[in-house]
Amino acid sequence: MNMLIRGGQVIDPGRFNGSADVLIVDGKISAIDKKLQVKDENLRVVDAKDYIVCPGFVDLHVHFREPGFEYKETIASGVASAVAGGFTAVCCMPNTKPVNDCQAVTDLILKQAERAHKARVYPIGAITKGSEGKELAEIGELYESGCVAISDDGRPVMNGFIMRRAMEYAKTFNLPVVDHCEDLHLTNGGSMHEGLVSTEMGIPGIPAAAEDVMVARNVALAEMTGARLHLAHVSTVGSVRSIREAKARGLPVTAEVCPHHFTLTDEAVRAFNTNAKMNPPLRTNTDITAVREGLQDGTIDAIATDHAPHAVQEKELQFDEAPFGIVGLETALPLTLRLVEEGVLSLEDAIAKLTKGPAQAFNLTDGTLSVGANADLVLIDPQQEWTIDPTKFHSKGRNTPFAGWQVKGKVMLTIVSGEIVFEDTASSG
Amino acid sequence: MGLKRKDILSIASLSVDEINMILEASEPFKEVSGREIKKVPALRGKTVVNLFFEPSTRTRTSFELAAKRLSADVINFSPSSSSIVKGETLLDTAKNIESMQADIIVLRHSSSGAAETLGRAVRSSVINAGDGWHEHPTQALLDLFTIKEKKGGISGLGVVIVGDLAHSRVARSNIHGLVKMGARVRVVSPPTMVPPFFDQLGVEVYHSFDEALPGMDVIIMLRLQLERQGWALFPSIREYSRLYGLTAERVQLAKPNVLIMHPGPLNRGVEIAPEVADSHGSVILDQVTNGVAVRMGLMYLLSELN
Repeated sequence: MNMLIRGGQVIDPGRFNGSADVLIVDGKISAIDKKLQVKDENLRVVDAKDYIVCPGFVDLHVHFREPGFEYKETIASGVASAVAGGFTAVCCMPNTKPVNDCQAVTDLILKQAERAHKARVYPIGAITKGSEGKELAEIGELYESGCVAISDDGRPVMNGFIMRRAMEYAKTFNLPVVDHCEDLHLTNGGSMHEGLVSTEMGIPGIPAAAEDVMVARNVALAEMTGARLHLAHVSTVGSVRSIREAKARGLPVTAEVCPHHFTLTDEAVRAFNTNAKMNPPLRTNTDITAVREGLQDGTIDAIATDHAPHAVQEKELQFDEAPFGIVGLETALPLTLRLVEEGVLSLEDAIAKLTKGPAQAFNLTDGTLSVGANADLVLIDPQQEWTIDPTKFHSKGRNTPFAGWQVKGKVMLTIVSGEIVFEDTASSG
Repeated sequence: MGLKRKDILSIASLSVDEINMILEASEPFKEVSGREIKKVPALRGKTVVNLFFEPSTRTRTSFELAAKRLSADVINFSPSSSSIVKGETLLDTAKNIESMQADIIVLRHSSSGAAETLGRAVRSSVINAGDGWHEHPTQALLDLFTIKEKKGGISGLGVVIVGDLAHSRVARSNIHGLVKMGARVRVVSPPTMVPPFFDQLGVEVYHSFDEALPGMDVIIMLRLQLERQGWALFPSIREYSRLYGLTAERVQLAKPNVLIMHPGPLNRGVEIAPEVADSHGSVILDQVTNGVAVRMGLMYLLSELN
């Protein structure tokens, strides 16, 4: 069925920003203009007055846990969470069981995504077999099966030589090489940011330098090999500085930041809150300022969630034993809109960090409302206030440090290929 | 007036008034332990469970004696004999113990924050008997009790704490307690064993033992965890002992009647020379005696509340 989205504030970052109607025909964007007149008896008209209409969000970094850890999340529950958060395309990390290091696993992920029939799922293949950091995975096969990038996320490639070879090899396919930058020797078993709070709590710390040195190494290797480097979940002053300098020199480097890293500091960990335990860890106000500046000046291209669901019983463990990670798909929008409220980003720039920025980083065709593009879009009520309630998440994960937060900005409708895949029934009226 | 809290999780969370209340409540119990019949009925009918996930002889025994001298029923629970080996979580274990109507759970655990997590989950009172590198509040209370007993007070005293600060719950609890009670606290450690921003706990950080000693009334030596040798914290026990061991010569650099303390167990000849451990100024065994009294005082105050 064709659809006319009438009267919203249409924001297609860098291309269009103003009140307009959006016409969807056969699952594609057909026209965007003021007061479109359409003669079609079966046309579904959606009133978007007071809403923002923008491209569906693109998340470069999610963990959907299938295959292997379906008790934490499945691809079906993951994409349900994605569209509830306004995301129409997600890139899922390969740290499943088995690791996504071959076509069979990639095929399974794509098949399950097709069955779930909500958001688009782009698998990220492993850099090394089993993500063990020893031998290169069959990167050519991964590329041909549909992987959009390669990463050993969660298990950083510690061996610089292997990373060099991976970058060289990935160039053939123009695949971005994504690294979770962490020197595990410097981490040495740490489980939160190393600073005053970790000192007081007696929790082994992860120094900022553990990230900084690996960002610097990867930038040097990208320069040497000419490969495309994407830096996952940047969290430190030092990382932002290195990336800014790399971009200034014209290196093909992109970067993402997670909402929690521009919102919370390590103070959130006090009282041994395992829902504030993630990797990289929550850092300091200085780091928050740096990543926000990185978003402002374009050093950081994308906001990504690092959506990492875990079961309740896992997060109920003692702090050092609980797994790293929080869910993020259903809280990313309001947290990003806080940056607009606080004057860090314009509304259009904020939306760009969720759409065009990430799409370009991974060469995806998503993140735009250009005529002929897939009709993947989201309708947002920017004024609606609501309380974050993990029990209402579509994700299986409840692990968020934002439970109980009063936030503003809600996803009202999510459309993929012209079909409504999420509708906020609770608050629509 | 009694303690208005269910749990004793840390010294950081206690007020000066609460610390004073515990120290005062402990005094009469020291006398009880000196009697022929070392028992009072204060906790008769109450149940105390010692839940120890780390090996401990001294602390567990001290808690056990304290509870028994208060006439409580005491159960000792340790991982080897419990369901932990079957994969049960700490919270499930604790909730089972709570369901047996335990009034006080004494927890020793290798994870920082374990006691706080437990305190939130159960109605029973929880006493932290050491959690990871975080806190060991009863050790600090017994140290404060001992210093007060020997020196007549704590405020204004110079106290130096020596050893691995990064990995020591005893150091953290003692620092919070001593700073709150008005002592001037110095710490001595190689930089590898000082976590970042340590001075913000209210202490002066020294790397030279000899420079830290002048003017000090109390020296608290921390046990060197010999198993940490592979952590690149210090080159060798020999060098550690040379730079940070308390010798008779070093004792001379402090005030004449300096108190020498150690939470035990001692590494004789490593962080403390045998003749110093056994010297007149050493109150290491008084600490052990006072530990029972302080734990009695604490459990008495907690049971009054419940």
